[in-house]
Amino acid sequence: MRIPARNQVKRWRHYTVVILFAGTCVALSARVIYLGSTERDFLQEQGDARSVRVEKIPSHRGVVYDRHGEPLAVSTPVVAVWTDPRRDALSDSQLGQVANAVGANAGELRAVLDAKHDRSFAYLKRQVSWAESERLRALDIEGVHFINEYRRYYPGAETVAHVVGVTDVDDIGLEGIELAYDHVLKGSAGEKVVLRDRKGNNIRDLDYRSAPRFGSDIALSIDLRLQYLAYRELKAAIEGHEASSGSIVMLDVNTGEILALANQPSYNPNDVLDSARMRNRAVTDSYEPGSTVKPFTVLAALESGRFASDTLIDTGPGYFNVGPKLIQDPVNRGIISLAEALKKSSQVGFARIALNLEKQAVFGVFARAGFGDFVGAGLPGETPGTLRDEGLSRPLERVTLAYGYGLSVTPLQLARAYLTIATGGIRLPVSIVRQNRVPDGERMFDAHLVIEVREMLEGVTAPDGTAPGARVDGYRVGGKTGTARKVGAGGYSDERHVALFAGIAPIDDPRVVMVVIINEPQRSLISGGAVAAPVFSRVAGRALRLLGVPPSWSEAV
Amino acid sequence: MSDFIRHMPQRGSLRAREQLVRIHLDPFLLAMLLVVMVYGLVVLYSALDRNAGVFNAQVVRLALALVVLLIAAQVQPRTYLRWAPVAYVVGLGLLVAVLIFGVTVNGSKRWIDIPGLMRFQPSELMKIAVPMMVAWYLHERVLPPSFRDLLVSLAIIALPVALIVIQPDLGTGILILAAGLAVILLGGIRWRLIAYAGIAIAVAAPGLWYTLQDYQRQRIVTSFDPESDPLGAGWNIIQSTTAIGSGGLFGKGLFQGTQSHLDFLPEAQTDFVFAVIGEELGFVGVVALLVLYLVILMRGLWVASKAPNTFGRLLAGALTLVFFVYVFVNIAMVAGLLPVVGVPLPLVSYGGTSAITLLAGFGIIMSIRTHRTW
Repeated sequence: MRIPARNQVKRWRHYTVVILFAGTCVALSARVIYLGSTERDFLQEQGDARSVRVEKIPSHRGVVYDRHGEPLAVSTPVVAVWTDPRRDALSDSQLGQVANAVGANAGELRAVLDAKHDRSFAYLKRQVSWAESERLRALDIEGVHFINEYRRYYPGAETVAHVVGVTDVDDIGLEGIELAYDHVLKGSAGEKVVLRDRKGNNIRDLDYRSAPRFGSDIALSIDLRLQYLAYRELKAAIEGHEASSGSIVMLDVNTGEILALANQPSYNPNDVLDSARMRNRAVTDSYEPGSTVKPFTVLAALESGRFASDTLIDTGPGYFNVGPKLIQDPVNRGIISLAEALKKSSQVGFARIALNLEKQAVFGVFARAGFGDFVGAGLPGETPGTLRDEGLSRPLERVTLAYGYGLSVTPLQLARAYLTIATGGIRLPVSIVRQNRVPDGERMFDAHLVIEVREMLEGVTAPDGTAPGARVDGYRVGGKTGTARKVGAGGYSDERHVALFAGIAPIDDPRVVMVVIINEPQRSLISGGAVAAPVFSRVAGRALRLLGVPPSWSEAV
Repeated sequence: MSDFIRHMPQRGSLRAREQLVRIHLDPFLLAMLLVVMVYGLVVLYSALDRNAGVFNAQVVRLALALVVLLIAAQVQPRTYLRWAPVAYVVGLGLLVAVLIFGVTVNGSKRWIDIPGLMRFQPSELMKIAVPMMVAWYLHERVLPPSFRDLLVSLAIIALPVALIVIQPDLGTGILILAAGLAVILLGGIRWRLIAYAGIAIAVAAPGLWYTLQDYQRQRIVTSFDPESDPLGAGWNIIQSTTAIGSGGLFGKGLFQGTQSHLDFLPEAQTDFVFAVIGEELGFVGVVALLVLYLVILMRGLWVASKAPNTFGRLLAGALTLVFFVYVFVNIAMVAGLLPVVGVPLPLVSYGGTSAITLLAGFGIIMSIRTHRTW
């Protein structure tokens, strides 16, 4: 082939091209340097910001035990299932699979995702059990992620629900001990730095910043055996009397610990919660105590020196006007001793006593018994009740106070007041947490006088007292009934009552103090002696045997 | 005996080189290409997350491309000269066929499907056929070309480019345009004309904007301001510049790149593999690759300058420049200097078609270098 000689490409053209492209290489290198140096920190940060995440290492709450180590609240590992609605578009069939695996409704899941379509985090289901989460993991659905978390499980269920309380879905205490001791029970989550890919999967752990600190355990003063007993009997009584609510509180006389505290209605903390049933009525509700405060009026009478247990009081003719108000006994009891007045719960007798004493005497004893003051046992939501010293110059005020109206107390307060009688006049701090030693008490009443009152209280459970139903086979017990009419829209009601019994067992060597309150019994029986005292009897009898208290007599009465 | 041993290596290597030349291969160029391919395979192994199956497939493809190079080198330059118009016309025919019978993949019609046999892109053929055709047209004319020859050359280029851009495949269109223009440039063109062309493009650019597809406009906007749509069109650029920038001088080390291994960087094995080099091997790795490319470019231009006739000179030079346009467009795109167009990093990106076309081009360059008889 002939080559035209003129067609020589000039040499400089080649150099130009080479230089041009070498320059291009330099420009590209310069761009890389620019990205790598000038913007390096920014871009590296950006790189890290995309892939490096600080993640919490969940820590579980401490275990709540009863006094013998029975678990009342334990944390079990569960799994939260989440997705990133902005990044992961889950199809309907995928959502269906998720819903199927964790027992949710696919339609509801879709609604949640639609509502959060612009968020980068949405829970699909929380507190999924390990078994379910493993099933879901096996499906390997892209865009479905998992976080470990803990869920509280309450072995005691309804029985001890009001004491232990519950946590919310984020494991924060809402009620009861879970709330009051949240700072002790809750741990603190640890932190680790993880490398995450674009789909949100953890690739590896880079660094542990802090280890999770698990929550501390708490041993309650509750004895689950007694708690169960109390709960069962209370529930049976509430059902039997068609009452609206009720409470039982049992205290240990030696230590002031709460051995049992049960309420009706109750709830199962492992289930969906119903806030109306979650009230711990033993500390949040106060009632007019009625005749259950009369032992303290007696104590005031003894303290005055004007009365002894055999001091005679004329209750004839069975009724008595104080100002505008007619005070009456069911029958004319005539001339009776102070002990008899307590045994029969004579309103006229107590009106006479109240009018005979100094104006502040009864109020002072009530105040020392702890009425109108917080118990401070460590249970949340406590109300102090009411005890006022206004109007005591009016005889009627003094009289009504003496037989238990015009003040209000919580079941726990009433139990604490009886505790001072059981201890021989010493007020012990009441606690819901197990005490390792006997706490220091404070003397409130003279021991001799208190023992005198105790003997009178035993008389109440005698066959001719108001509460023979409170008797316990094999043990000497004492206590006082109360039947308070409730305040309705038009003053005190004859229809709605509170039946109470507060007692000490055994009365000769006290071991437990118990208060039983049945609110609004609807059937024919409404009095404390008929409704509340039998509950006391059943619970105290079993409790004393469970506690290994030696019987008072060698043979049953 | 001792003399024999001493002389063995030298004689052996000499003989090897001679033998390579005898089978029409250029030893230096071949060595450089192999170095780039090995380098690419190492990076690719990391970018593929040690996926041996996919990796092996790529090794097989590159081997196949080397066979194509070997065959292309055996063909005499005058055969290329004779068949250039035929290849061009057949290529045009196939491009028209694509428009009619083509298979649509990802919204663009680029492939011809021969059922049960293969699927191929006719536009790949044009990457070689267009510069060959322009070189064929210009080789017997007076250089620098007259204005009329220039217009004819431009028409030869514009026809296939237009057919490719409407597929749409902007990346390949740019490459073929560059290939054709490279021949004209090498053939000689007055600087004044280049200046006029530049002005004409500047004036036409706004009008050109309206001829672009929406997605193309989007790419241009986001390449200059990727943060305007960080989760959509800007995502690739943000991720790739982040990858390059976070590599620093020596990189994070192979397999250590967070951007590429945690799925943040899309197309890490294909068009965006350069970002993996930047992140894992750092500036040093980037410069090493650029130097290799530059050496190949210079060798190719050297071959062109030594070619015995105009056709060889123009074709060898143009094919070399196309190779470099690949490099430039790809890296500039990944580094956020140019809009995203689908151009792979030569001999490194995963995928066989571009490797076969490129090595076929180098086979032709070697043919031009080693054939003395025309």
